[in-house]
Amino acid sequence: MNKQLLLGAEAIAQAALDAGISGVYAYPGTPSTEITQFIQQSPQARKAGVRSKWSANEKTAYEAALGMSYAGKRALVCMKHVGLNVAADAFMNSAITGVHGGLVVVVADDPSMHSSQNEQDSRVYGKFAMVPVLEPSNQQETYDIVRYAFDLSEDGKLPVLLRIPTRLSHSRAVVERGEAIPQNRLAPTQEKNRWILLPVNARKGYHRLLEQQARLTTLSEFSRFNQAVPGTGEKAVIAFGIAYNYVMEVVRTYALDMPVLKLSQYPLPEKKIGEFAEKYGEILVAEEGYPVYEELLKGFFGNRRFRGRLDGTLPRTGELSPNILAKALGVDTNSEQTVPSIVAPRPPMLCQGCSHRDLFDAVVQAMVSYPQRHVFGDIGCYTLGALSPYNAISTCVDMGASITMAKGAADAGLFPAVAVIGDSTFTHSGITGLLDAVNDKSAVTVIISDNGTTAMTGGQDSSGSGKYYAICKGIGVEENHIREIVPLRKNFEENVKVMKEEFEYEGVSVIISQRECVQTAVKSRKK
Amino acid sequence: MCTNGGKKQKKMNKNIIISGVGGQGILTVASIIDLAAMNLGLNVKQAEVHGMSQRGGAVESHLRVSSGEIFSDLIPKGRADLILSVEPMESLRYLPFLSPEGVIVTATEPFVNIDNYPDREKLLKTIATTANHVFVDAGSLAKEAGSAKSYNVVMLGAATPYLEIATEELEKAIEMFFDRKGKEMVDLNIRAFRLGWANRLNEQQ
Repeated sequence: MNKQLLLGAEAIAQAALDAGISGVYAYPGTPSTEITQFIQQSPQARKAGVRSKWSANEKTAYEAALGMSYAGKRALVCMKHVGLNVAADAFMNSAITGVHGGLVVVVADDPSMHSSQNEQDSRVYGKFAMVPVLEPSNQQETYDIVRYAFDLSEDGKLPVLLRIPTRLSHSRAVVERGEAIPQNRLAPTQEKNRWILLPVNARKGYHRLLEQQARLTTLSEFSRFNQAVPGTGEKAVIAFGIAYNYVMEVVRTYALDMPVLKLSQYPLPEKKIGEFAEKYGEILVAEEGYPVYEELLKGFFGNRRFRGRLDGTLPRTGELSPNILAKALGVDTNSEQTVPSIVAPRPPMLCQGCSHRDLFDAVVQAMVSYPQRHVFGDIGCYTLGALSPYNAISTCVDMGASITMAKGAADAGLFPAVAVIGDSTFTHSGITGLLDAVNDKSAVTVIISDNGTTAMTGGQDSSGSGKYYAICKGIGVEENHIREIVPLRKNFEENVKVMKEEFEYEGVSVIISQRECVQTAVKSRKK
Repeated sequence: MCTNGGKKQKKMNKNIIISGVGGQGILTVASIIDLAAMNLGLNVKQAEVHGMSQRGGAVESHLRVSSGEIFSDLIPKGRADLILSVEPMESLRYLPFLSPEGVIVTATEPFVNIDNYPDREKLLKTIATTANHVFVDAGSLAKEAGSAKSYNVVMLGAATPYLEIATEELEKAIEMFFDRKGKEMVDLNIRAFRLGWANRLNEQQ
């Protein structure tokens, strides 16, 4: 069947498979997880031997994808927006080396922070690295644009950044597939100097990248993904990516006679925009995320013709919606209904029977006798330990920061300095921080809450399962200060005792708290 | 005009909010409607919530079905024809999306996982005085169907009169959806669907 109901994320996966990728590399992160999951479950991928296991973090994923590209094959690498911060070193430099086999970097942004710590806009990274950026508006275009992205990447020998927001990644629509093509043959690059970024080569690579910019702009000028919708009104809209859908929803619903320029391929097509913009006195710039291109169009001295997030025509933060666009376009939608006051908030919480619950019960009890009760937390389900009734953690910043922040606070004299980190987060970015603490003999207690899975994103394999003791021992934590506990109510007293003992130790101690995630347990019982 | 095996699909346009609590199976309901709509050659857009809220938080899906082109993945406020809720309080959370002519079809059994859950009677009264509504004792009907867990499909059955998709098309979609889980699951869910359809507690329009 050529037509399928696919999430935006799944449309990316299906398109990449049809474009002949030999591997996908990723670390789970909402709203990007379903891309890799789809490939892991795809019979087509299995038959073609497409490599798809989870990577330890986004940087290792990116570098492996780059290696596959070096070998001449097509690779897909996927992450959530903050994941690109982790992979940024590899990403920025891969724009200088260029690629060999097609390399498409999918970054799923989360405006409104449905499941994230910030709403950074990955298109800024695209501009920063000076690589082509694609931002599809709907699921079908997502499929088509991914197919195009691989050709563009091989043609221009550059990584291509594909940016999608939550609402596209997690929304389903009918998608029609094209013809699948076979994978590239193994044919490693022969241009080795391109890939050795010694200053002498890197300078050449940087020049090459700069010289390519004019051509990339020309491609945007003629891109089929950048299209104008005619209209005769005085006011016009320039809509980027998914913002186009919201604009068109309003234009069609209220039969507005409004010209719309839809843009989905950057660097910006300057000529196309110039010719469009000169005709209108007022132009709304609709972007999902930061006012990245609005800033450019408005310019430093503020061309007042361009309205948008910078002048308050659109809200400065959060995702767009049809209602926000309607208001910006001067349409009264008469949607006065509010949520009745009887409705109570229902925030997410730790599952009943979750191992983190018993762990936090013990942590809170073990901290009771100390005047300073600070516990450094990390990213995962257990971040919910910050909420009532536990109120157990004091920080959640970025992957792995619990250990290193506890270390810095211990260096400053905070006692006890306790970190709580999940198993998958530990292998993602915690090990190097623990090594710092060991080398500095910092008085920290690191609790690894090991539930055997990457739970928050739906239970993906965790890369260090069964190896935590060995990892901690291997990087120099003293064996008598690597303690193992089972977070169950019946072990409460004993677990509190272990924690208190290790809090008092004036060196690095690790407590591995191991019990299977209840969600994973339910799933494996069903199988 | 879209076609399906020569059958002409009449012009239609439905905006549906499906709501509940993470883990209650609202995505199953959405998937079944999606399938039925796709089989009819209709356009579908269905935005869902993944990630943190799935841990016992409030979740919703915006489902749009149309014979014409659908632009926004999100339903505009005041434009939903139906709020299909598997939990009573959650049906009211999305009230700003409901059109003045819209209907709330909701299960009456609260899912209480917060301390300040409102009084059930007051809650049902608020729904009854706020919008066109259909109440369904989904929990009991699900048990009658053979599994307490099938209340989501009971609710789909109860909402059928407001979907503009033929009952047999929805049953076909249920069969397709549960097929990989075996005949027993298919039969159970068809029973749940029919019980929901037959046992709407009130039908005041």
